[in-house]
Amino acid sequence: MAPLCETPSPTRRALLGTGAACFSWAFMPRWAHAAGARDTRFITIILRGALDGLSAVAPIGDPDYAGLHGAIALGMTGDHAALPLDGFFALNPAMPAFAELFAAKQAAIVHATATGYRDRSHFDGQDVLESGQPAPGITGSGWLNRALAALPAGEAVAPRGLAVGAVSPLVMRGEAPVLGWAPQNLPTASEDLARRVLALYDQRDPGLHAALGAGLASSRLAGNDAMAAAKGRMDMPEGMRQAAQGAARLLAADDGPRIAALAFDGWDTHVNEGGATGRLAVLLGGLDGAIRAFKDGLGAAWADTTILAVTEFGRTARINGTTGTDHGTGTVAFLAGGAVKGGRVLADWPGLKPQNLFEGRDLKPTIDLRSIMKGALGVQWGLSDTVLATQVFPGSEGIAANTTLFV
Amino acid sequence: MVSAAQQTLIAFQRFGYGARPGGWAQVPDARAALHAELAPSDAALISADMAATLGLQGTAENTQRVFQAAEARKTMQAAVMSSAEAQAAAGGRSEVAADAAQARIAALRDIGGTAERIYRAEALARFRKAADAPIGFVERLVAFWSNHFCVSIAKGEVARGTAGSFEREAIRPFVLGRFADMLTAVERHPAMLFFLDNTQSVGPDARANGNHKRGLNENLAREILELHTLGVGSGYSQGDVTSFARVLTGWTIAGHDGRLGEPGTFAFNANLHQPGDATLLGRSYPAAGFGQGEAVLADLARHPATARHLATKLVRHFIADPAPPAAVDKIAAAFTAKDGDLKAVSLALIDLPQAWAPALTSFRDPYQFLMASYRLFSLPVTDPGPLIGALRTLGMPLWEPAGPNGFPDTVAAWASAEGMKLRLDTSAQLAQRVGGLDDPAAILAAAFGDAVSDETRLTVTRAESRQQAIALILMSPEFQRS
Repeated sequence: MAPLCETPSPTRRALLGTGAACFSWAFMPRWAHAAGARDTRFITIILRGALDGLSAVAPIGDPDYAGLHGAIALGMTGDHAALPLDGFFALNPAMPAFAELFAAKQAAIVHATATGYRDRSHFDGQDVLESGQPAPGITGSGWLNRALAALPAGEAVAPRGLAVGAVSPLVMRGEAPVLGWAPQNLPTASEDLARRVLALYDQRDPGLHAALGAGLASSRLAGNDAMAAAKGRMDMPEGMRQAAQGAARLLAADDGPRIAALAFDGWDTHVNEGGATGRLAVLLGGLDGAIRAFKDGLGAAWADTTILAVTEFGRTARINGTTGTDHGTGTVAFLAGGAVKGGRVLADWPGLKPQNLFEGRDLKPTIDLRSIMKGALGVQWGLSDTVLATQVFPGSEGIAANTTLFV
Repeated sequence: MVSAAQQTLIAFQRFGYGARPGGWAQVPDARAALHAELAPSDAALISADMAATLGLQGTAENTQRVFQAAEARKTMQAAVMSSAEAQAAAGGRSEVAADAAQARIAALRDIGGTAERIYRAEALARFRKAADAPIGFVERLVAFWSNHFCVSIAKGEVARGTAGSFEREAIRPFVLGRFADMLTAVERHPAMLFFLDNTQSVGPDARANGNHKRGLNENLAREILELHTLGVGSGYSQGDVTSFARVLTGWTIAGHDGRLGEPGTFAFNANLHQPGDATLLGRSYPAAGFGQGEAVLADLARHPATARHLATKLVRHFIADPAPPAAVDKIAAAFTAKDGDLKAVSLALIDLPQAWAPALTSFRDPYQFLMASYRLFSLPVTDPGPLIGALRTLGMPLWEPAGPNGFPDTVAAWASAEGMKLRLDTSAQLAQRVGGLDDPAAILAAAFGDAVSDETRLTVTRAESRQQAIALILMSPEFQRS
């Protein structure tokens, strides 16, 4: 990372001086921590399109699973052999890095989980997942951003949130200032041009001023050299890995952001979903590669990191007429990182008999996803039950935080 | 009172693709100019001349070309493999064999680009039409409806080769016509049937499914209800989705054997269709084969929830984000009163009082931003490559949205931190391309007439170079907002 905090150039000082306080990297103290206090990282990955939890983490011990998932069902042996987890559940073989972390008790799975949303629209489902609201249509801000806003201000003035991607995920949008960054390969504009445009926005357009200022700040911190790599697609393994690598670099910095949101696309597997290989396996491999890139890139900071990968809902328990699955309800969430009490699959398994399925077709959710999110934010970020139930996840008073998965 | 100059600026920014040099003088009366652009009955069509010049063909031809290229590739690959083996057997000394292999590899590369070449020609036609329009209102409407009924080239080579002809065949003819006709044309178009998997959906009790091995795929039925017509949360149930999916079974594409019709055209395959009556949204639809689906679509097109859903999207796109409820009410009422006449609905947008509010608070999406830049500097639209690349960089690759809900249409999505940074870099690049010969004051006048702030004028005047002045004009709030 360029030593810009230690030796700001006059040009940069002038540029940053025109911005709001949150962009004033040059004048920013390093994160001030009491001796022995934690310096935690929290990363949320949104898997857009609805992940088939029964193919990602297969309930091989359930007698009805193989029949429902038919040609794409995973088993313990043969062409569709999965990676063993606990005897009942097994992991899709496209995720070897996650399996290693699971064995090392640095990764966990929550199964038969969902938000409170019970219809099957991707877009409403993602809105509920990311807004943290009890119903669709309330999309002014995301729960991660409201969690950031609820944190004590401390001495630091730099944004603690990071949104990865050309379009900021809803989960990270809101009042709290956030850095934006995406892998990109454009030659960049000169600092002088940037300064002039910012000065004009400062006089005429506060909204554009805030957005451009944040974009410039994060692009500097990420470093343009390594980021000149080809821009990857967020529905391809290489794009996912690049995004994770760049985000890890920002998160690893002493004075960088601490809470990040990414979104990976392409999980809507209506047709030819595949099992141990195929379309879903390629995507799961991409997620696995991203988790590995975070572990490698965060270095020592991995020890106090939590990655949470979640999706808007699951898919039908029975495969459809085109060897895929349609929109469903219950699914899995992945947790990884040194701050995860791992090595276990948390589930209150509802079973897959017809009468146990939600509306006769989907895995029934028995764990509210918000209990996991609340647990992480409560244990690792010190947010109180009241703040979590009123500001971060409004209307979630009845959903107790699950604190058992977090160090 | 909004001045005439402000009205012209609004016409260019809110409803069009921005001013062209000299364009300001041609629009003395903004409302009249917008009406005039919608007047010709063929205003939304790609002209026969342009289609001929660029070699554009119909969806069936494009599908067959892509398919034939794939077949040729297989044959050629086999030949390349066997010649490589022959060469290896000859100890690698045969220069003749090496030359032949080189030629085959070159031919292979050529074949591999068939869908991409069609895509680029279609893109060029779209770019040129937008670049040449006096204001661009009709082309903005085309882009709006094309995004509402989006397909994605990421689905595969056939999708790449037919996304452009889909827009020309199912969107453009109806942009100034009736919504019900557009809806039917879209849902029976091969590109849509392929994109949303309906070609693979089979009625559980269909004749061709005697062993019940194949089954329904709900994708198309759900997205028609959720995205194309009623809108999410408008009261339909999972049962309605499933019932509609059954109604739509058999809507497919004629295959390469020609059994169901010309390959690559729409076909109704009665053998795949779920027999019997269907109930949807409380209404009964008697068994009628293809007609059953047509009847459902006709009712969906006239449903009050559809009017409201479309009105909200139109107002958000053209007037303000979030959409003012009073404006949505008026547009929904116009849609219903005129039985979905989209020319009348488009003109109703211009008649909204909110349409002429002087403060521009929306934000140009990347397509609007790039097109307005090209128009202002009369950049030649001969090679579609730079625009295709810039659209991808800015997060809006042509005919390739991330999902069937299309690209976002909100200020928050595009005026993001990263989006603004990329736009700044793009502006700097465009300014390099434009060069530094034009007088910045003249460009300012061409872009905004007198409707430019003192701050923007001063910033541009004080630029350290003409090139920097151009980048500053492109990044000015006046140019970015719509």
